[in-house]
Amino acid sequence: MENENSAVKAPIEGIEKKATEELIEKTLELYPEKARKKREPHMSANDPGVEGCTVKSNRKTVPGVMSARGCAYAGAKGVVWGPIRDMAHISHGPVGCGYYSWGTRRNLVDGHQGVDVFSAMQFTSDFQEKDVVYGGDKKLAKICEEVKELFPLAKGISVLSECPVGLIGDDINAVAKKSSKDLDLPVIPCNCEGFRGVSQSLGHHISNDSIRDYVIGTREFADEPTDYDIALIGDYNIGGDAWASKKILDELGLNVKAIWTGDGQIEHIAATHQVKLNLIHCYRSMNYMAKVMEEKWGIPWMEFNFFGPTKIAASLRAIAARFDQKIQDNAEKIIAKYTPKMQAIVDEYRPRLEGKRAMLFVGGLRPRHTIGAYEDLGLEIVGTGYEFAHNDDYDRTYEEMAKGTLIFDDASEIELETWAKEMKVDLVGSGVKEKYVFQKAGIPFRQMHSWDYSGPYHGYEGFPIFARDIDMAINSPTWGLVKAPF
Amino acid sequence: MSEECAVKKVTDITPEEVARVEEWINTEEYCEKNLAREAVVINPAHACQPLGAELVAHGFEGTLPFVHGSQGCASYYRSALTRHFREPAAAVADSMTEDGAVFGGQNNLHEGLENALKLYKPKMMAIFTSCMPEIIGDDLNAFIINARNAGIVPQDYPIPYANTPSFNGTHINGYDSMLKSVVSYLATDKKVEGKDNGKLNLIPGFDANTGNYREYKRICEEFGIPVNLLADISETFDSPLDGTYRTYPGGTPLEDAADSLNAHATLSMQLHATKETIKWFKSETEAPVEVMPSPIGVANTDAFLMKLSELFGKEVPASLKAERGRLVDAMTDAHQYLHNKKFAIWGDPDFLAGMISFLLEMGAKPYHVICSRGNKKVAKYLQALLDESVYGEGCKLWMNKDLWHLRSLVMTDPVDGLIGSTHGKFIARDANIPHIRLGFPILDRVNLHRVPYIGYQGTMNILTSVANTMLEEVDRTSDDAFFEMMR
Repeated sequence: MENENSAVKAPIEGIEKKATEELIEKTLELYPEKARKKREPHMSANDPGVEGCTVKSNRKTVPGVMSARGCAYAGAKGVVWGPIRDMAHISHGPVGCGYYSWGTRRNLVDGHQGVDVFSAMQFTSDFQEKDVVYGGDKKLAKICEEVKELFPLAKGISVLSECPVGLIGDDINAVAKKSSKDLDLPVIPCNCEGFRGVSQSLGHHISNDSIRDYVIGTREFADEPTDYDIALIGDYNIGGDAWASKKILDELGLNVKAIWTGDGQIEHIAATHQVKLNLIHCYRSMNYMAKVMEEKWGIPWMEFNFFGPTKIAASLRAIAARFDQKIQDNAEKIIAKYTPKMQAIVDEYRPRLEGKRAMLFVGGLRPRHTIGAYEDLGLEIVGTGYEFAHNDDYDRTYEEMAKGTLIFDDASEIELETWAKEMKVDLVGSGVKEKYVFQKAGIPFRQMHSWDYSGPYHGYEGFPIFARDIDMAINSPTWGLVKAPF
Repeated sequence: MSEECAVKKVTDITPEEVARVEEWINTEEYCEKNLAREAVVINPAHACQPLGAELVAHGFEGTLPFVHGSQGCASYYRSALTRHFREPAAAVADSMTEDGAVFGGQNNLHEGLENALKLYKPKMMAIFTSCMPEIIGDDLNAFIINARNAGIVPQDYPIPYANTPSFNGTHINGYDSMLKSVVSYLATDKKVEGKDNGKLNLIPGFDANTGNYREYKRICEEFGIPVNLLADISETFDSPLDGTYRTYPGGTPLEDAADSLNAHATLSMQLHATKETIKWFKSETEAPVEVMPSPIGVANTDAFLMKLSELFGKEVPASLKAERGRLVDAMTDAHQYLHNKKFAIWGDPDFLAGMISFLLEMGAKPYHVICSRGNKKVAKYLQALLDESVYGEGCKLWMNKDLWHLRSLVMTDPVDGLIGSTHGKFIARDANIPHIRLGFPILDRVNLHRVPYIGYQGTMNILTSVANTMLEEVDRTSDDAFFEMMR
């Protein structure tokens, strides 16, 4: 998908490389010398036509700044494991990590909580001092027994270790192995202590490792395989995103056999090795797994983008090209069917949004994937960046952005504030911690991790909601009240 | 595992199985099993220490909360507070990672102090720990002295710190440790023999309702008592939107905190939440230092006002007497809707104590009281409150139980209403029982953190909300014949 945009973007009026570089200089002046040196490689003015821009990523956060980043546990519990609906996910360690991540990433699930789904519940071993002193392994084994007894329809248990578990040297892997055998239930250890790595990203990786080692290949689908069997990888069903994506793929004539991991079912995930193609939405959190499945089971994979009609159409054609004429015809039919509907949305909202400037700072995918949807509505993205991306994410970003726009990694709050102000943006799209900082300054904001409690934003179902939300954010009459008349 | 196990077919759970378990988890048998569990905690009503510590730090003028530990922890506390208040929570972490775990966190701390000082220009940094440095045994005191000696921070720059291990106690303990640390840091050696600044040090305790803080200040103002509210988050987490973002929009002035040993008196409004802080005040000053139950309900508010009156030699002002009268009028008007109604409540010990007191005053029953972390002393106190009233008869106190326990309890022994944080909403839905949101956190309704629930006015707010919810329920569930205009 990404190469389709290799043509250099049209320049944005008033955005020039030199001015952006001066802005970066000015921002770096805020820091003491040592921190300045550390931050300097993480921001750049985009110049895709020349040699791409170089933004360093996946480095330690500078101590003492307000970073938006989380930790490995957050990546494991909040992103990869948490959305799997039919397992009990144990936050193993003190109460806090599980408590704060409880129900806050909006990976919706279908089913009855506590009966056949458990995603909106918080299971914790609630470590006390004695658990730290004597170790929590025995307690963990007991927890697994209790979960099995109280939740007989749970299809498995994941054990997500918090910092103290790794530091005191508990062996959750051994406990999981034994419990799994004793209870005849998959009990999967995930050594995702928060101190590991520099961000959530390592948590995704560790989770993928645990899925690779303990899950995948342990089940087979009951029905006969077809040539149209696919898996939807890296859709976490935020606000119903995966459901919206699945609708299009169903309409295309493909069988979505497993979703990783939004509204996910562990046995379906375990049988993913039988599909014919992996479609990957969140590249950052799941590319590794797509590669593993390609190497081990020969499953090809491709990226796609279901944000906004332009990208959806391009993605549909690219996906269909992997299949036969029937699917390709279906793709054209779908595009023809939805184009007028999407055009009506654009016609309604674009006049109010044309030329508005937005700045994005989200996790590991949306800072580039959503750009097309904003552009469909006439907005210009003047700056974009990631909390926890890697080099390959930036490589994919440069060509999505106009020359001279700002690209940044692990931005601190003070940097974002400076840039939003200096670049006179009309909208910031970022996380909950950033939201009210900008709103106090009178700058419209959308929370783009959770769709600000709206959604879905994926697919044809999502775009009208996205358009409404962006219009609502920027054009709310409440902004006109910010300055008192006296 | 893939090598060891034979590959099985995917089996989906049948609707019959779902129906069977759906029914089973509502039974006495299940309740018994659930209450018997020893190890797993499910849907707890308590958080960890550092959250409380951060709330304190936000309550002091120009103060930057500084997490010594993993950045993920800091992100979680900030998000948790932001989600509840819908306000920014400016705090930093020194982002310790694996090498910190091996070599200790001093380098991170020092670098963090230098950067935070230059970037965010705080008047004070309040440092507290998350799990990792507690387990590896970082010596904050030494690290801070070293930072001063190395010129990273000026010798006289205020850096109070607290050890707040998450595997010990709850957010309440973290609140206490940080508050004691901040106040003792600022006020030690500032006591002037014979000086009485005429003020009241008022300690709200872990209280995530900005309206309550304003209400404390208003009550003291009505009395004409100058109040030094310690850890005042009312502006920090309820700042105006006027087009300017301020990193530190409010907080107790540091000078006032520094002068707190010269106060006329000190009052803590939570019996169980600020023990260490109170102990410190008692050891440092001869002025009265007292602990009161949270002023929720008439009697608790009466006690608070009489204490103010006694400590400052002032009559309870007519304006507050009139408020009391209006509240009692409202309670009498509404009592028939709450009389003998059963409620389940959950939260911190002092919140529970206040709610028990209010419900009993209304002739309602605090039927299931869930305290998800507390000791024997707390249990004894709460039980004594229940025992004081005929309406407490048959009511049950559940110590160290969680919201999954509560679900079983209301399924097998139902109540008419649930009172507590957002986390109870799944129980409300499953049991089809109305849910009045009070306490922390409230994640799914707007503005409730601005509506006070202490004092006569706050009790009126609770009453309005509880009684109208019950009336709403009558309307929602009544047959056509009983769907009446008047209630």
